Order: sequence, then C-alpha cells, then structure tokens
Amino acid sequence: MSTTTTAPTGTAAPKPAPTGALNAARTLATATRVLRQLRHDPRTIAMLILIPCVMLFLLRYVFDGSPRTFDNIGASLLGIFPLITMFLVTSIATLRERTSGTLERLLAMPLGKADLIAGYALAFGALAIVQSALATGLAVWFLGLDVTGSPWLLLLVALLDALLGTALGLFVSAFASSEFQAVQFMPAVIFPQLLLCGLFTPRSNMHPALEAVSDVLPMSYAVDGMNEVLKHTDMTATFVRDALIVAGCALLVLCLGAATLRRRTA
Amino acid sequence: MMNYVADPPGTGREPAVHAENLTVVRGPRTVLHSLDFTVPRGQITGLLGPSGCGKSTLMRSIVGTQAKVTGTLDVLGRPAGHPTLRTRIGYVTQAPSVYDDLTIRQNLDYFAAILDPGRSGTDRRQDVERVLTDVDLTSHADSLAGNLSGGQRSRVSLAVALLGTPELLVLDEPTVGLDPVLRRDLWTLFHAIAADRGATLLISSHVMDEAERCHRLLLMRAGEILADDTPEALRTRTATETVEAAFLHLVDEASAAARDDSRENSRDDSGDGSRENSRAKENTR
Repeated sequence: MSTTTTAPTGTAAPKPAPTGALNAARTLATATRVLRQLRHDPRTIAMLILIPCVMLFLLRYVFDGSPRTFDNIGASLLGIFPLITMFLVTSIATLRERTSGTLERLLAMPLGKADLIAGYALAFGALAIVQSALATGLAVWFLGLDVTGSPWLLLLVALLDALLGTALGLFVSAFASSEFQAVQFMPAVIFPQLLLCGLFTPRSNMHPALEAVSDVLPMSYAVDGMNEVLKHTDMTATFVRDALIVAGCALLVLCLGAATLRRRTA
Repeated sequence: MMNYVADPPGTGREPAVHAENLTVVRGPRTVLHSLDFTVPRGQITGLLGPSGCGKSTLMRSIVGTQAKVTGTLDVLGRPAGHPTLRTRIGYVTQAPSVYDDLTIRQNLDYFAAILDPGRSGTDRRQDVERVLTDVDLTSHADSLAGNLSGGQRSRVSLAVALLGTPELLVLDEPTVGLDPVLRRDLWTLFHAIAADRGATLLISSHVMDEAERCHRLLLMRAGEILADDTPEALRTRTATETVEAAFLHLVDEASAAARDDSRENSRDDSGDGSRENSRAKENTR
C-alpha cells in the first residue's frame, strides 16, 4: 500500500471523460450487435417466437370445455412467457459475454456499464415486443381469449415482464460460472414465482406466510396486472400500481446487474 | 498504414509504463512480487517468460482489468485503469475475445462504434478496412468468426485492438499458433506501428526467438523480473549467443542465488520455480 495505489475499485472514483452515464450511440451499437448475433441464429429466434404461440394453442384446447379457465390462465401466461424466455436468453448471453473475454475487452474500452445493460435491455425488449404481439394477437383474435380491457395494455405488461426477465437473467448470470449453472437458475428463480404468482390458485387462498412471500415477488404483480386488463374495460388504479411495481423491480434488478459487472477482476 | 496519427510528442514525455513496488495478489497467491520497471515509449518491449510466470497478470494490471493491484503503476502518465486511458490502449487477451456469432466485419464495426461513437460512418468503415488489411483478413471479412481457424480468430482479436489510434498496444501472445510467414508479417506490422506512429507495444511471448525482434526485453520468471535490457545487452552481459541462452543463464543464476540465500526456506516457490524452469526449456525450442 504505497503512494499512488491504483484503487481496486478504480471504476467509480474519477469521473470518466469518455464514458458518461448513458451514451445513446454506444447503447444503440450494443443493441444492434446483440440483434445481429441473434440473426445468425435463426433457430433461436424461431423458438423464441413460436413456442409461446404453440403453448397458448395447446392450452386453448386443453381447456376446451371451460373457456373461463383459458381466459384466466391464458392471460397470465401472456405475461409469464416473455419473462421466462428473456430470463433464459439473457442469462446465457451475458454468461457467454463473461466467459468469452468479450466483457473484459468491452470494459477495458470506453463502454459504460449502463450502455451495455441498456443495450441488452433494448435488444431483448424489441424481441419481446414481437414475441408478445404475436402471442397476444393469436390469443385474442384466434383462440378467443376474452379480454374486457385493451389488448394494448396486455402488450404493455408483457413488455414490462420481458424487461424484468432480462434484468433477472443479467443479474443471475453473475453467479453462474457455466451454462449448466445458468439454466439451473431458471427453476431456482422462476419456479417459486410461478407457483406463488396466483396462476394455479388465487393468492388469497394461499397459506398466509406464502401469500406474504408472493406479495414481494414481482411476477405476482405481472399476473395481477394481466387479470386487471382481463376484467376491466379501462385502466384501473390497481393496474397502474401493478405495472409500476413490475417496472420498478425491473429497474432495480438492472441496477443490481450493473453492480455485478466489474472492470477489475481477480 | 496511412492514417496512423503520430503520437503528439509534446504530451507524452512520461514513459509508457512505469511500475514501482507493483504487487498483485490472486486468491491466496502473490502473482507479482513488488516489480519495478519502466517501458519506454515508441518501442517494442517484449515480455518474455515461461507460462504461468505472471505475464498475463502484469498485462491485465496495465490495462486496468486486474483486481488487487498495489504499488505504483502509471500508464501513459496516468494511474493504470484511469478512464481516459480506455481509448488510448489497445489490448489483446491471450484467448481471442470476439463474438463467434458475428462476422469479422460486424465484430470490428461494433468495437469501432464503442471506441469512438462520434466518428462518421465513413471514417469508421475506413478504419475497419485498414485493420482488416493490417491483419490480412480482408478476403474473410464476411465470414463468421466462429467458423475461422484459431490463428484467424486471434488475428480478428488483434484487429480490434488496432482500431482507432492507440498509443499503447498490450498484446498477450499475439503470435501463438500462427505459421512462420504470418508471424513474420505481424512482426513487420508491429515494427511499422512503432516506427510510423510512435506507438508503444508491449508484447508477451513464451517463444524466445521472438525476443530478438524486440527493442527491449523484460524477462520474467515466477512473478519476478529477471532482466530489463536490450536483447543485445543481455547476450553480451551473459556471454551467450541467443536470448534463450541468456534467459536460461539468468534463471540458473537466480536459482543458485536463491539456494545460497536460504537453504531451509523450502516454500512452494522453489518447487514451482523448477517446474516452470523445465517448462521454459520445453517452450523455447
């Protein structure tokens, strides 16, 4: 520990000249790059877009005799699909970035962490819009999903869910050192939320302890929001609250994800 | 090599790299033991030593990606890792760090945009074409990086570091796995970069015959610097014919000194050292 010790946490200390808080051009370049990478992998794109549609189709005919049940579960699933798929795609993509050395290279270059994260969120957000638009369109117009409110609000919640999935995936990838571990975070992070979000039984019917847990899990609000749109013609206060909570959680987890990107590593 | 901007000589009278008492700890191990050295500007400095001697750790410290660095380490007149250095240093990691699912050109386009998003598209495209020519990959520009051979991928990685006008290039074993013709061409390129734009190059290698092509050498072993001199001076001082022989001579000298110093001090260092020593002999064909 002598004179001008280069602080191990040197990233935060001096205000950087070349990297501001968020650089639009670098963010856009990153988003473009992520989408270009995906374009070289058409099978992944096809699966991302088709699987939710196929699942909804399946669900519709599983509940052939009880269209009410399809309405409830279908609407919830419209919110859950983007969350799960974006979680998986992002956790693997950022894990690759960490293990291939490209993250180290980028952080040795004038790229802000916020640029990188916003770039990913933008790219996967765009993908989520396509995915959700197709799934929502299919459900509402072809499978007879009976929504009272505007399908646009369904799409909005789906997009927020996708962002939340991207954020969670990014955060979780910091704790995985291999792809094997990364996919295991799916059951660890997503399944409990799936069980507690009110998809299988209303949250008020759960054991009070579990209900309390479900109150702090973001997916619960995603599903609540979807159900609000299902039952009400206009934007209710509950819907606005739900949407804000999901968006807030996504933002919070994105910031946590940014904290896991280290310029200096051991 | 047309638009290499000569390093404005007024700005940088400081050495490219200056280290005093530089120590790096990784986990339980001290990888670099209080190093003192200076890398002069505008020259090619070779960082030579057996695998595992701390070359990569030293390079990572210089570019500012290594944690737990203590002591003084100034790069281009700033403390290593300073944000303003990020545009001034080109860094090539040992394993090629490029996106396998992008073409060469897409890789370069992206990194060029990150480096300097303010530049016009035409400027950036010219820059990309220039580095493609530099590493002789123009004909493969639209191939996916993942489909290239190992040597080609490492040249893509090198091309990324050549983008813009870095004043310091830190290249971690850039010629490993390349055929002799390509290696010669790259060394010609390195010399051109140093001569034409006054850039400084720090190039690591465990192949000793590359040492002869450097202006200066830092010989490393087991986290310490054995020698810091020109290849010629090293050969003269040790009365040997080649840098390889000089290196081995210095290693033997250091081990002998270590033995005399403390016979009872049989830490894992000595065991480690002898193993690395034999590996050094293997590597220096």
